[in-house]
Amino acid sequence: MTSLYEQLGGEPAVSAAVDIFYRKMLGDERVAAFFDDVDMDSQAAKQKGFLTMVLGGPNHYTGQDMRTGHRHLVARGLNDSHVDVVIEHLGATLTELGATAEQVAAVAALANSVRDDVLDRPQGASPARC
Amino acid sequence: MAAILYRGQRVELAPGESVLDGLLGAGIDAPHSCRSGHCRTCLARAVDGPPPPGSQEGLKDAWRELGLFLTCKGVPTADLAITTVDDLGLEVGATVTEIARIGRDVVRLRLITDAPFEHRGGQFVSLVRADGLARSYSTANLPGRDDFLELHVRVIKDGAMSGWIARELAAGTRVAVRGPDGECFYVPGNPQTPLLLVGTGTGLAPLFAILQDALRHGHRGPIVLLQGAVDAGGLYLVEELEALARANPLVEYVRCLLRGEPGVGLEVGPIHSILKARWPSLRGWKVFLCGDPDLVLDLRKRVFLAGAALRDIHADAFVMKPRASSSV
Repeated sequence: MTSLYEQLGGEPAVSAAVDIFYRKMLGDERVAAFFDDVDMDSQAAKQKGFLTMVLGGPNHYTGQDMRTGHRHLVARGLNDSHVDVVIEHLGATLTELGATAEQVAAVAALANSVRDDVLDRPQGASPARC
Repeated sequence: MAAILYRGQRVELAPGESVLDGLLGAGIDAPHSCRSGHCRTCLARAVDGPPPPGSQEGLKDAWRELGLFLTCKGVPTADLAITTVDDLGLEVGATVTEIARIGRDVVRLRLITDAPFEHRGGQFVSLVRADGLARSYSTANLPGRDDFLELHVRVIKDGAMSGWIARELAAGTRVAVRGPDGECFYVPGNPQTPLLLVGTGTGLAPLFAILQDALRHGHRGPIVLLQGAVDAGGLYLVEELEALARANPLVEYVRCLLRGEPGVGLEVGPIHSILKARWPSLRGWKVFLCGDPDLVLDLRKRVFLAGAALRDIHADAFVMKPRASSSV
């Protein structure tokens, strides 16, 4: 089975997705403050890695990177509600790019699987979510 | 089989091996992280030979033009000499030929380098004094057209370099230039793309070069130049830019002041408000932002939210300290 990464068009599609997704995040006051002091180019590179991973594209994802990469944000109050916002915008972005509801749900499940890493909790600690 | 030349060493690649794999396999501590083409830690520059197919995917066109590529992606098809990004930058001796005050606190320097100094108009260089003091300035002219290098220096009170330039530097003085660096320059190939150039202070210098380069290349899309200052005294090159805009219907030149009376080609208010009112959507635009760092970083976010793609936004924040981007 080909990955959603390939179905959407590979690298160029993910580049386009990063632009859409990042713009949604920056424009959302629930999460925008977390991006105040970041370099936009390196942030976009990280988002591209994340999107590639959740779309099943080539990646060397490690939960440890996700943990250390967000620890300073957890200290600033990053919590489940913000991860929900990420998943919401991720879904909207993929829908704009032509993904089906089933595909969006599959990506959301993958994104949810790193929730504990992002929030620096022991794996499996997160409350059940639909 | 292709080989990589790096810091005087020749590394033979195995079939199917990426540049990064080859370097690491040869025991070279080449910078890298994600190995998937996202993080850009492994960025290198092809100085002789073609970058591997696919290794420039997703990079800004200015980077591609400079031969930058991701060593973790693609397999070289031919021998390739590379440098890491840190190794870039040659130093060449130069003679100051002209010093002219062209604004309230702006001095224009022209230099002739001892050897051809390869750069793109709008990139920045370090100007190095005989005693080693160095500061970065953007180039304001076009290397292919002029035989001199033009820099615009903002004179800062107590500035070590700019104070010396304003008070003591004389034509004939020997200096050196190092570089070039930076991604603020015109890349031919998309002549219809609308261009937005926004600069404050001597952030105008690279934009002036980009504007001239675009016109020289027969750019056919609109070119909007916003020159920002606190008051009219902070502007410079106004007559030249007005003449340029009159001669080229594609060019719109707008002075943006925080204080003053609005007039023809002159708006009053914060640049971001003027931008939002006049150009609410920047989808498909290529944007260059140069000058005051706070303003540049703020505008970068705003033009992105207004629809400009990340890879089409080039920001050059002029930091007022040594060894940073173009500065004092």
